[in-house]
Amino acid sequence: MTEILTGAEIMMRSLAAEGVKTIFGYPGGAIMPVFDALYDYVDYPNTSHRGTFNHILVRHEQAAAHAAEGYARVSGEVGVCLVTSGPGATNTITGIADAMMDSTPIVVITGQVHKDVLGYDAFQEVDVVDITQPICKWSYQIRNAEDVAWAVSRAFYIARSGRPGPVVLDFTKGAQTRKAEYIPKKVDFIRSYVPVPETSETCIEEAAALINKAERPFVLVGQGVELAGAQAELVRFLETCGAPAGCTMMGLSALASDHPLNMGMLGMHGALATNKQTQQCDLLIAIGMRFADRITGKLATYAPQAKKIHFDIDPAEINKCVKVDVPVLGDCKDTIAAVTKRLEKREHKAWIDSFKPWQQQEDEIVIQPQIHPAEGPLRMGEVVRKVTEATKNKAVLVTDVGQNQMMSARYFRFSRPRSIITSGGMGTMGFCLPAAIGATFGAPERTVCAIMGDGGLQMTIEELGTIMEQRCPVKIILLNNNFLGNVRQWQNLFFDKRYSFTPMVNPDYNMIASAYDIPSRTVIEREDLESAIEEMLATDGPFLLQCAIMPEDNVLPMCCPGSDVDDMVLTIEA
Amino acid sequence: MDNIYILIIFSENLAGVLNQVTNVFTRRQLNIESLNVSPSGIDGVHRYTITTRTNETMIQLVCRQIEKKIDVIQAQYYTKDEVFMMEQALYKLEMDKMMLCPENSKAIRKYDARIVEVNTDYCIVAQEGSHRETSELYYFLKESGCLRQAVASGIIAVSKSSEEPLADYLEKRAQQSKDL
Repeated sequence: MTEILTGAEIMMRSLAAEGVKTIFGYPGGAIMPVFDALYDYVDYPNTSHRGTFNHILVRHEQAAAHAAEGYARVSGEVGVCLVTSGPGATNTITGIADAMMDSTPIVVITGQVHKDVLGYDAFQEVDVVDITQPICKWSYQIRNAEDVAWAVSRAFYIARSGRPGPVVLDFTKGAQTRKAEYIPKKVDFIRSYVPVPETSETCIEEAAALINKAERPFVLVGQGVELAGAQAELVRFLETCGAPAGCTMMGLSALASDHPLNMGMLGMHGALATNKQTQQCDLLIAIGMRFADRITGKLATYAPQAKKIHFDIDPAEINKCVKVDVPVLGDCKDTIAAVTKRLEKREHKAWIDSFKPWQQQEDEIVIQPQIHPAEGPLRMGEVVRKVTEATKNKAVLVTDVGQNQMMSARYFRFSRPRSIITSGGMGTMGFCLPAAIGATFGAPERTVCAIMGDGGLQMTIEELGTIMEQRCPVKIILLNNNFLGNVRQWQNLFFDKRYSFTPMVNPDYNMIASAYDIPSRTVIEREDLESAIEEMLATDGPFLLQCAIMPEDNVLPMCCPGSDVDDMVLTIEA
Repeated sequence: MDNIYILIIFSENLAGVLNQVTNVFTRRQLNIESLNVSPSGIDGVHRYTITTRTNETMIQLVCRQIEKKIDVIQAQYYTKDEVFMMEQALYKLEMDKMMLCPENSKAIRKYDARIVEVNTDYCIVAQEGSHRETSELYYFLKESGCLRQAVASGIIAVSKSSEEPLADYLEKRAQQSKDL
C-alpha cells in the first residue's frame, strides 16, 4: 500500500530509517512544518508516550551544531541538527566548519524559503548551499517532496562513510508541505564517490619492509585510528614492531595513556620527548593524521632524516603537507592489520630508552611544578590531573580552546576509546559546553567532564539553559584566570607583554549557576580541591566547579610558531 | 617551475559542482586561465576543461582536492603535449577600415578563419585554432585598427593517449555497484 505523506513527514520517516534517536534543534519560520511533524514523533512530556526521537531544544543554533558534533564524536553515530533558514542556518556555520576540519559526521537540516521566492531576498532567505559548500562534504537543496527520502539517505551515507564529515540539507518550505508517495530509500553506493580507496598490495609490502628494516621507527597516531575503530589493530601493530608512538591531540584516546609504547602527545604543546625524537627517528609511520602545522612545526625542517609512511583513508591528504615515501591508502583497520601480518617481532629497547632523558627533563621542569605545586594559587594542570584521577581515567573529556584545552590534553589520562572531544582544526572557542551536552546524550552511561576557561564558557553560556531543562549531567570544570589565557601567553612571548584586551572581567558564576538551578562550588584553596571534585562527581546531574587558577600561568613546553618541532621552550620568564 | 596544465574533469549533472571546482583554485591562489563546461560523450556527465599555470606538485594536490568533491567523478591533468586542444574566436571588424587594409583578408585566409557575416557597417570573422593562432590573428587585427569586438572561447582538449580513464572508471564502478 502506498503512503502519501508531506515532505516533512517523509523527513521524519527517513531520519528514523537512518536510526536517528537524538536531534538537536531550534525552530523558526521556514522549518515549522518539520517541527510540526516532529511533534508526533517525540516523547510527550509528563506522559508515558515514547516517540521515535528525543529532540533537545538548544538555546542558540551554533550550539545545536556543536552538540551534534559532541554526540557524534563520543558515539560514532551521525549527529543531527535541525534549524530554520537565514540566521538559524548561518548560526550553524561555525559548527559545520568545525566538523569538516575534525572529520565529524553530522547532518545539518536547515529550513529554506519556498522555492518560488528563492533569489528574491525573501524574509530569512540565505544561500545556504553556496555558503556551506566549501566547508562540508556535501550540501544539497531539497526542492521537491519526492526527493526527501533519497536526499536524507544520501546525506547519512556521505556523512558516515569514508572520512566522515558534515552534510547540509537545505529543505525548502514547499517541499516540506507538499505531499508525495513515501518510498523508503537506501543509498549505499554513489558512482562518483569512493569512500574507501583501494589499498595497493605493493604499498603494504613496501611499508612492512621499511618497518622491518627500521632501527628507530616512530608512530604518529591520529584520530583516524579512532574513526576506523582500529585501536586493537594499532596495539597489535605497535607491540609487534616494538615502535614507540606519539598521539596527536585528536588521537589522544586512540591509544591508552598508560600503554608502555605511548610516549605522549605530539606537537606545539606536546611532550618534549615525542617532538625531540621526531627529529631523530629513521622512520615515521603516520596513521590517520594529517601533518597539521600544530604537529609539524616548521615544515621545511620536519624530520628530513626519516623515511615516511602515511596510512590514510583520504587520498587528498597524501603529500599535502609532508612528502611521504610510502602512502598506504585504505581503512586503517584493514591496512594496519595487513602490514602487521608481514612484520617481524622487534623491541627497539635502546631507541625507546632514548626518550627517557627528555621525559625526565620535562617532568622536572614542567610537569611536577604544574601538577604538584608546593604553594601559590591553583594551577590548571593540577586541577585536570585531580579530575582525571577521580574519574579513574575513564571519563569523557570535553575541552574548550586555549590553555584549558592544552592543559587538559597534556594532563588528562585516557583508558577508553572516543574519550576526547575537542575542537582541533578550527580551534572554536565556545565549543565545550554544547559539545559536552551532546556527549551526555551520545554516551549516557559515561561521566562527561567539560573543562573550559572563562572566555570559552561565555561564548556559549546560554546553553546552561539547555542543561537546566534537560538536566544533562555535564560536569563543568571552569578554569577561571580572568584572562583570555592563551592569547595572553602569546602576547607575553611575541608582543612584548602588551596585554591588549586579554584581561577579562567576569560575572559571579556561582550566581549564574544558581539562576540556572545548577549546583556549583568555587575552589580557591588547594586543600579544598579534592573534596570539591568528589562533590561534583557524587552529584546527580550537572555541576559547575569553578577553580580560581593562577592568573598568568603558561602552557609549556612550547614549540613556537616557525620553530623546528624539536626546538621547545621549557620555561618563560615571568 | 610553472607550466601550463590542462585539467579535464568529469562530474555528475548536479547543481553547484562548478562552484566547488573553481573554489579549489581560489583557495590555492591559482588563476584559471580558461574554463569550458560542456556535456561529455556520456549521458548525465558534464565535462570541464580548465587551463592553469602552476607546478606539478600543486596540480596533483588540486586534482585530488577536486576529485574529493562528492559529485566529481574524475579529475585528470595533462601537459600541453599530452592533449590535442583548440579554441574558437570571433572578431567584429569595422567595414570602413577593413576596405583600407587588404592585409586583413590575407591574414584571415592565412589563419583559416572565415567571414560569417557582412554588412555595410561591420563584418564578423570566425576562427578555430590553437591558442597561439587565435592570439596571433587577434593582435594582427587589433594593430590594423579595425577591431570593434573580440571574444575567445575557453580551450577545449582531448587526450592523445589511447587510454580512456573515465570509461574504465565508470565500467569498474558499474561492476562494483552490481556486486553490492
